[in-house]
Amino acid sequence: MPDRLALDFEKPIIELEKKIDEMKALSGSSKIELDDEIARLEKKAEKLRKDVFSSLNRWQRVQLARHPDRPYSLDYISRIFTDFIELHGDRAFSDDPAIICGLGRLEETSVMIIGHQKGRGTKDNLYRNFGMPHPEGYRKAKRLMELAARFGRPVISLIDTPGAYPGLGAEERGQAEAIASNLMVMANLPVPFIAVVIGEGGSGGALAIGIADRVFMLENSIYSVISPEGCASILYRDSSQAHKAAEAMKVTASDLQKLGLINGVIKEPPGGAHRYPDICADNIREILSEGLNELSSLPVDELIAKRHERYYKMGKWEQAKE
Amino acid sequence: MPWFQKSKKIQSTQKKAELPDGLWLKCDNCGEIIFRRELQKNASVCQKCRFHFRISSREYIEMIADEGSYREFNADMKSSDPLKFKDTKRYPDRIQKSTKKAGMNDAIRTGIALLNDRKIVLGIMDFNFFGGSVGSVVGEKIVQATRRAKEGNYPFILICASGGMRMQEGLFSLMQMAKTSCELAEFAQTRLPFITVLTHPTTGGTTASFAMLGDVIIAEPGALIGFAGPRVIKQTIGQDLPPGFQRAEFLLQHGFLDMIVDRTRLRGTLSTLIMHLHDADDSESEEQVSTVD
Ligand SMILES: [Zn+2]
Repeated sequence: MPDRLALDFEKPIIELEKKIDEMKALSGSSKIELDDEIARLEKKAEKLRKDVFSSLNRWQRVQLARHPDRPYSLDYISRIFTDFIELHGDRAFSDDPAIICGLGRLEETSVMIIGHQKGRGTKDNLYRNFGMPHPEGYRKAKRLMELAARFGRPVISLIDTPGAYPGLGAEERGQAEAIASNLMVMANLPVPFIAVVIGEGGSGGALAIGIADRVFMLENSIYSVISPEGCASILYRDSSQAHKAAEAMKVTASDLQKLGLINGVIKEPPGGAHRYPDICADNIREILSEGLNELSSLPVDELIAKRHERYYKMGKWEQAKE
Repeated sequence: MPWFQKSKKIQSTQKKAELPDGLWLKCDNCGEIIFRRELQKNASVCQKCRFHFRISSREYIEMIADEGSYREFNADMKSSDPLKFKDTKRYPDRIQKSTKKAGMNDAIRTGIALLNDRKIVLGIMDFNFFGGSVGSVVGEKIVQATRRAKEGNYPFILICASGGMRMQEGLFSLMQMAKTSCELAEFAQTRLPFITVLTHPTTGGTTASFAMLGDVIIAEPGALIGFAGPRVIKQTIGQDLPPGFQRAEFLLQHGFLDMIVDRTRLRGTLSTLIMHLHDADDSESEEQVSTVD
């Protein structure tokens, strides 16, 4: 196995696993009886993974959410859905590779899948613009949400973006209008809509495909109003204080569940999604099919009213004292 | 210099603008010495170069609503610090400071008013309060204002001035984009006009939600309007931004605004638009005038 990029808190785990691999190799080649020792170390590794991953701080989860080995939308699409057919273009300007759209099959149901797409490696990342969409990406998403609505197919969105791209062309072609317009369309979309944050939920660029009947987050994903770096550069005038900003903004899945802003947290095995993509895909599939089962029985009016109600509840205020 | 060249210059040079005290003041844009009272009479627009000074939400009310007709609602709604947010200061302390500075409890006023004897719901964001940032209170007040408009069969006018979503309320703030969009999507099923007026500056999630969802979208001359802030864009692309980038005139040229309206003509324009779009019930409007609150 090639050396992976290891985050600091992953290193002891990876070292221990390496040792186990070496022992296994040794045991295979030299007939020395190491089985007991290997079993002992494997138990130890399992415990270490559990210990480390059950006590991650918020910044460590941010790092996991951005881990270069983390599964991206296409990795999950191929594991969760069958018969996937990608559909391209906004019919107005171009096709944005930072957003993937297409039809796929989840058990017995055809669904429209919409997801941010990051790249693997430099070249792919330049092609995908690091998962930061331009307006035409959002307009493609809107076009295909409306297509799904016309054919009565539910929409599944997979959220994983640092944010909408802040560039000249993006502003010129109406990044703000594209996002706003999507919010309006999603609010009244007459089909079930489930969103899953699989990595980074970067602000308006994430929400632009994320108004849904149910919103779930993978355990080590994040969702925030501004990137921790952006927040830190404003509040502390220093983007290297991002870890403080991540703590203050409460960006993790478990934070947001406690605050009542998401419907649930999807488990990742200790070690994270990038070590166990298949298990995470299974966990996502289970949540999706359960959600679609519940939602597809609702009459459209009720579906939309409940979706709105979900958002009307979001906010905390009090009366000012005189 | 011909007038159209002068107006070009305004587009790219809008600066911070707050009326300093004193009888006379200097225009931030053209340097003209202006009699303070004259400026105020002229909607705080420089007579010489049309530079729009920033004005408060109160001043917009005075400018747009028929005299004495504005009835504010939800004025004492106040942020409750849902994240117990603290950076170099506690969030409640920042709120308190903003309240003192702007004389309001959060970054928007909402109320019912008459505009040329027609009842409207009027919301005005105020940049003096926390940079016009949007948190739970602004979101809820916009939702409730939209509902008032729907229930009373009134047009809804929303004047925007905002740096975007408020970090100190974390994801609660981001969700106000979703929340207001849901309510505005319901409003869009009616035949009531929703008109937004984008003033300097309107950026971030504010632009990327309700500001851009107007049936008619108006901007003041020279206003900075965009999704990403200029500083972030500059940092991302590593070069200076072209002159006039993200100004109202740039947005109009690219098709994202219906019109740019000089502030001195804003009231008249809004009134005419409402006349065109809104089927007012005449018998009812008589009664509305007397029962405005
Ligand atoms: Zn001037």
